[in-house]
Amino acid sequence: MADFLIYALVAGVCVAVVAGPLGAFVVWRRMAYFGDTLAHSALLGVALGIIFDLNLNIAVVLCCVLISIALLAMQRRKWIATDTLLGIMAHSSLSLGLVSVALLDNVRIDLQAYLFGDLLAISPNDLVWILVGSAAVLIILTRLWHPLLAITINEDLAQVEGINVGRYKLALMLLIAMVIAGAMKLVGVLLITSLLIMPAAAARRLSQTPEQMAVFASLIGATAVIGGVALSWNLDTPVGPSVVVAALILFILIFVSPSLIRQGR
Amino acid sequence: MTNPDLIRLSDVSLNFGSQSVLQNINLHLHSDCITTLIGPNGAGKSSLVKVLLRLTKPSNGNVWHQKGLRIGYMPQKLHIDSTMPLSVERFLNLPIKHTDRVIDESLDAVGARHLRRASFHELSGGEAQRVLLARALLRDPQLLVLDEPVQGVDVNGQTELYRLISEIRKQRKCSILMVSHDLHLVMASTDHVICLNQHICCSGHPELVTSHPEYLGLFGPAQAASLALYNHQHNHQHDLHGDVVEGQECCGDHHG
Repeated sequence: MADFLIYALVAGVCVAVVAGPLGAFVVWRRMAYFGDTLAHSALLGVALGIIFDLNLNIAVVLCCVLISIALLAMQRRKWIATDTLLGIMAHSSLSLGLVSVALLDNVRIDLQAYLFGDLLAISPNDLVWILVGSAAVLIILTRLWHPLLAITINEDLAQVEGINVGRYKLALMLLIAMVIAGAMKLVGVLLITSLLIMPAAAARRLSQTPEQMAVFASLIGATAVIGGVALSWNLDTPVGPSVVVAALILFILIFVSPSLIRQGR
Repeated sequence: MTNPDLIRLSDVSLNFGSQSVLQNINLHLHSDCITTLIGPNGAGKSSLVKVLLRLTKPSNGNVWHQKGLRIGYMPQKLHIDSTMPLSVERFLNLPIKHTDRVIDESLDAVGARHLRRASFHELSGGEAQRVLLARALLRDPQLLVLDEPVQGVDVNGQTELYRLISEIRKQRKCSILMVSHDLHLVMASTDHVICLNQHICCSGHPELVTSHPEYLGLFGPAQAASLALYNHQHNHQHDLHGDVVEGQECCGDHHG
């Protein structure tokens, strides 16, 4: 098996494992559109990273974090409805990214790869970043798990019970930003949210507790990544959409199967 | 002799933009006392509760809490997204894990032990309120804050819940602040009533308040109490700024 394929598989599985529990929070807190906004702003992060000659992974995380802080601040002011605000931010940051990339004369960027993912994109260096980053996110997430659940159930209740809601919301966004940076190269900015949402939504069907849902989401996500990478390798399809198609197939199978079993009895 | 204060509000006002929600609120919550907050829709009852709990920062004035005050809070309605699989037991074990015995005791206290393994999403209105109450009790609170505890509960369930609340108070000797639409149901077990319509209209012992013309204007005779809500009248006028132009108070201890 080619080296780059192993890199892609390991990196993809790592990101999917981390995306499972975070995706569950995205689903529970109805943050799907928020995730999309952050993912779209990742391209702006890439452009800014190139302009200022920063490490691209760090640039993307920074950009996502800044955008989410801006979103939180504007949400609190209540100038416009949140979904409108997210719509504006998502497409503006994507367009700003596209325009900035186009203005970079001396650098050629494979835009297709950034938008839809690239099987060849993961370098050994990226892999190290993703391994370390995923481990860090998982450790932080385990430690913050209970307070994060508490603020997801009801923020007022959590605040009265002595939890600093603002701080945990910020932490959650930071973690999501890190996952987006990790997933960007393999899956592409346009499709990252599906890696967060689809496995978690499929896992809901199989779970009795929040923890089960998180673990099942990780497993389903990892399976989708392996399936998608295999599809992309064998049929030469773009890797991001292939992963999403694999996730969709799993989602449908999980939703249909209990009723099939019931019919079979 | 007065009991020590748990929470003191002094000269609290709250504005949303140019809209005034609360004006010049002065109140003290004592220990070992059931206070009921009544008032018509839009009177700012929930806003006042949020200011009391320090969830909302007042535009003006001070909110003082006794040092280390333990509050058990029961929000008006708890909506948990149905995508989160959550049992009653798991809900009670947030944000900190308790022992099985403690969980059982708190569920026993609200008569809901049989719901322990149930999914939170399958609870009826009354059952959900009991579970919320159990979670508030887990903190061994000095003050229980209940925002419309019987909302979405049928009439029999309402009486039952109020009975439960006074029982809890008797056993635990904790203070209770309750927001309610229907004073007639809670009259018997209330020590102190605050009648709110953006400002504190009148406050005091329930018998005093119910004989007060302003209360009668607000809620009508007791038997028509629930209907009188929609027939809200004042014996005083508000000027354009919402300030009271003319009026009287049943007991001045809580008016600004």
